[in-house]
Amino acid sequence: MKINPNNFIWSIVNLLRKAEIELPEDVKSALIRAETIEENQVAKSQLQAILKNIELAKNHGIPMCQDTGIMIFFVELGTEFHPGFDLEAAIKEAVILATAEIPLRPNAVNPLTRQNSGDNTGIGIPDINWKLVPGNQLKITAAPKGAGSENMSALHMFNPKEIEHIPNFVLETVVNAGGMPCPPLMIGVGIGGSFDAAARLAKEALLEPLYTPMNSFEEEILEAVNALGIGCMGLGGSITALAVHVKTAYCHTASLPVAINIQCWANRHASVVFGGEE
Amino acid sequence: MEYHLQTPLKKEDIKKLNVGDIVYISGEVLTARDEAHSRILELDETGEKLPFSLKGAVIYHCGPLMQQTENGWKVISAGPTTSGRMSKMTHSLLKAHEVRVIIGKGGMECIASEMKNRCVYLAYTGGCAALASKLIQEVKTVHWFDLGMPEAVWVLRVEDFGPLIVGIDSNGNDIFGKVRERAEKVLENRKR
Repeated sequence: MKINPNNFIWSIVNLLRKAEIELPEDVKSALIRAETIEENQVAKSQLQAILKNIELAKNHGIPMCQDTGIMIFFVELGTEFHPGFDLEAAIKEAVILATAEIPLRPNAVNPLTRQNSGDNTGIGIPDINWKLVPGNQLKITAAPKGAGSENMSALHMFNPKEIEHIPNFVLETVVNAGGMPCPPLMIGVGIGGSFDAAARLAKEALLEPLYTPMNSFEEEILEAVNALGIGCMGLGGSITALAVHVKTAYCHTASLPVAINIQCWANRHASVVFGGEE
Repeated sequence: MEYHLQTPLKKEDIKKLNVGDIVYISGEVLTARDEAHSRILELDETGEKLPFSLKGAVIYHCGPLMQQTENGWKVISAGPTTSGRMSKMTHSLLKAHEVRVIIGKGGMECIASEMKNRCVYLAYTGGCAALASKLIQEVKTVHWFDLGMPEAVWVLRVEDFGPLIVGIDSNGNDIFGKVRERAEKVLENRKR
C-alpha cells in the first residue's frame, strides 16, 4: 500500500487539528457526568466552565487549551504496509506545518539553554513511538501533552515486597499535585517492565477509552483518590479523577517499577488509519 | 459576593475580597511566567528599570497562543498556567513591586502570608483557554519576545475577565492550602 507523502502530511496536520480542538466523546461524556454528580458549587462552576470551553473550542475551531502540548505520536505500522517515503520526516514536517496553520503554541525548547525552536520540533521532538504490528494498515495516534499535568507525574522503583504501597504512591502523587495538573484527572499507572517501559505503559494507559470497565484494583484507587476531596482545579470537591487505568508488563524478579502519568481533564488524542484495503 | 474591578488597582480594591468571592477584571493585564519572573528579578537586582509598570498591576500566569496578523497580534487561546512554578519568585516580586492581583491556576504554596495586605490570588479555570481568549479585547504590546511566545510579557486589554475565584485573599486565607491540608489528613489516616 503506497500513499502520497503530501496527502499524508496534510492528514497529520488535520489529525493534530482534531486532537487540539475536539475532545474525544468518552472524555467529554465523563466530564458531563462529573458536572451532574458534583455537589460542591465552586467545583461545579469550574466544570461548567470546562464544558463551555469545550463547546467554544469546537465551534470556533480553536485549540481548547493554550498549552497545545509537546507533540507525541503513537504509530502502529503494519508489516505489510510500505509507505515508500520517510514517515518520521513527514510527521516532523506535519508538526511544523500544523504549528503555523492551526496554529499551535511553539513549546519545544532546548532543555538547558531554554531556547525555543519556534516550530515544535527539536532533538527527540516530535516524540514518535513505533510499534510493528501484523497487517497492511498504518495507524497514527496524536496525543499532544501539556506540561501542567505531565510535570506532576512520578516514577518509583519499588522493592518487590512493596506491592501494597502502590495505591498510596498514587495518592501521594495526587496530593502533591493538588490543583496544579487541572483536575479532574485521568491517571495512567504503569507497573512492571523497566525504568522507561513503566513510564511508557503509564502514558499508553491514558489512551484507554474511559468506558473501558475498571478492574477492582483501579476502582479502589479511583475511590481513594476522590475521597481526598481535592476536586476540580484543586478548589475542593468530590471529583478529583475520572478514571484510573493500570497497564502491566513483566519485570525483573528483583524490581518493581511503578510510573504514574497524570493527565489533565483535556485528555487530547485522535487517531487516523491508512491502508487496509486490497 | 461578586466584584467588578478596574485596573490599575488600589489596596482598597482588593482588601474587601474574601476567599470564594467571584471577581471580574477590566483594564490591563500583563502575562508573566517562569522566564519573565526571573528577568524581572534580575533587573530588580541590577537596579534597571522595567519596560512596564507593575504598580497596581494584574499579573496573569499565562503563556498565550498568539498569531501574528496584518493588524498585529491576535489572541487564539489564553488560559492560565500552573502558578505553583512561580511561588518562590513571587515572594521577591511582591516585596519589590505593588502587584495587586495574580491570576493563575492551581494556587501557590507558602504565599498567603506574603500576600497579606498586599495582593490577592484569583483562580481562573485551568485549560479554559478558548473561553479566556474571548474576554481579551486587544493585545496592546509585547515585551521580551526573545523569551519565546509562551514566556514573553504580553500586555492585554480585558473586559470583565472572569469569573475568577478568590483563592487566596489579603487576610491570609487560602482555599488551596485548606483543601491540601484536608487531603493530606485523609491520606495520613489511610496509611495508619
